[in-house]
Amino acid sequence: MKISYYPGCTLKYKARNLEKAALASLDVLGIDVEEMDRWNCCGAVYSLAADDLIHMVGPARNLIRAKEQGAGKIVTLCSMCYNTLARVNQLMKNDPEKRDTINRFMDDEIDYFGEVEVVHFLSLLKEEVGWDAIRAKVSHPLNNLKIASYYGCTLQRPEEVGIEPMGSFTLMNDLFEALGAEVVSFAGADKCCGSYQVICEEPGDNSAAAKVLNLAAENGAEMLASSCPLCEFNLGKQQEALLQKGAISNNVPTLYFTQLLAMALGVDSKEWCLELNDKITVDLLEAKNCLAAV
Amino acid sequence: MCETNSTQPEIKVATGDRAILPEGAKTIPIFVMGKKYEVPETLTIMKAMEFAGFKFLRGAGCRGGICGACPTVYRLAGDYKLHFGLACQTVVEPNMYLAQIPFFPANRASFNIEELNGAAEAIHALYPEVFRCVACNLCTKACPMDVKVMDYISAIKQGQIEKAARISFDCIQCGLCSSRCMGEIPQYHVAQLARRIFARYIQPQAEHLKQRAEEISAGKYDQMLDDLSTMDKDNLEQLYVAREREPDMAEPGTWQPQDTKHL
Repeated sequence: MKISYYPGCTLKYKARNLEKAALASLDVLGIDVEEMDRWNCCGAVYSLAADDLIHMVGPARNLIRAKEQGAGKIVTLCSMCYNTLARVNQLMKNDPEKRDTINRFMDDEIDYFGEVEVVHFLSLLKEEVGWDAIRAKVSHPLNNLKIASYYGCTLQRPEEVGIEPMGSFTLMNDLFEALGAEVVSFAGADKCCGSYQVICEEPGDNSAAAKVLNLAAENGAEMLASSCPLCEFNLGKQQEALLQKGAISNNVPTLYFTQLLAMALGVDSKEWCLELNDKITVDLLEAKNCLAAV
Repeated sequence: MCETNSTQPEIKVATGDRAILPEGAKTIPIFVMGKKYEVPETLTIMKAMEFAGFKFLRGAGCRGGICGACPTVYRLAGDYKLHFGLACQTVVEPNMYLAQIPFFPANRASFNIEELNGAAEAIHALYPEVFRCVACNLCTKACPMDVKVMDYISAIKQGQIEKAARISFDCIQCGLCSSRCMGEIPQYHVAQLARRIFARYIQPQAEHLKQRAEEISAGKYDQMLDDLSTMDKDNLEQLYVAREREPDMAEPGTWQPQDTKHL
């Protein structure tokens, strides 16, 4: 079955480290995805207003492009893109009235009925490759690295599009174990990072992010892995401001789960795009001997 | 202008900005600003309107489909669908309802290209309204040049300046995209900025072009230009007729003139 890859806006610019590490890893794992040549914003946030159909048009158009490409699946990396596309796909599949309105409005496109399946990269890894096969391909195991899996809000909510049930974090945990790392569980894995609240707050005032980072540190996590550029901004890029304001007492370096995958698979280090990560992340990886081999 | 060939059966050819109705030509009804006019079929919208008595002081330019001065919105009676075209290129159809939109008051930001860099943030700062795009695609549907307008706005949001520059290459700045945008985005001005940033900061500079520009600045061709501009008409004509010319189908790089002193 043909798989379309939907990048998402941030991944082409600020979060190239999320994308490049992932695509290079797929090459090593022998999974073929076709990047969409025409795509637009995913919608960023799924609109909850019952009559706000205009904000469904953007995400629906992406799903139509995947259908046009002949794809059975569309895979995404960013949690928010996944969430918005998956929820609009549900609407197009299950709500005939709204679907017809949207299809009629988009008279420049083919009709869409939710035929394409929206999957997250983590699910794709499990279903198309499997943890044992990944373990077998690991050339540079992440020994001695204590990682906390961070899901944030949008990978599991609402239930009908969740990549796994609330309270369960096996996809990321199993992946990191397969990569040779030690997984640290903590109560902050599905707590909000503060989301867009940062726009109207002073730097360092994001108490939601502070809570997640403090919980991770208290549980002995050396590193926090996520799949969302907004989470990475709130938890990673804003960490220094949180530290300065005393909202957190310890640094917890952050990176994307795809970067860990690429490192363990021995992907060329320029595809890790570590220059986009914070210095504390690079320093920790250095100290843990993760950067030496490739 | 009208040219008549009197030895042959009467054939009139309409050229320039005056439309002449050939004998026996059928006329069709069109509606300009709601008022009905009978105009000859086969004319372009622009010529049909001139035939009907309108005179274009603005809203007409090259008459060749490239200057972007004559964007037109029209609808055919009995159908809700709006259509978009250039008045100088689109042929009239019966019962066409026409509206000219020669100018659209879209926001155009001021910038000094030398103060920018190759980063997309500059575009985002000058045109934050691009993030109001909801991907409705009405801009693309309005484009008379078939540019995928929404796709280049998406590329700009993604920080992909080169992609935006390439997709928007055929834009003629007519402004019809903006006239349809619910996000009030000035797509064509944003695209122009993307192309300028691409050319100034991203696209590799051609070494030979830079070198030639320096030669020109240093005065290499000044004498030649002075000679030509002071030459009398007969000598100039003679020079023109005797000029060496690259054959039309010559393979690139295979032809050189006999006289190489100006190369």
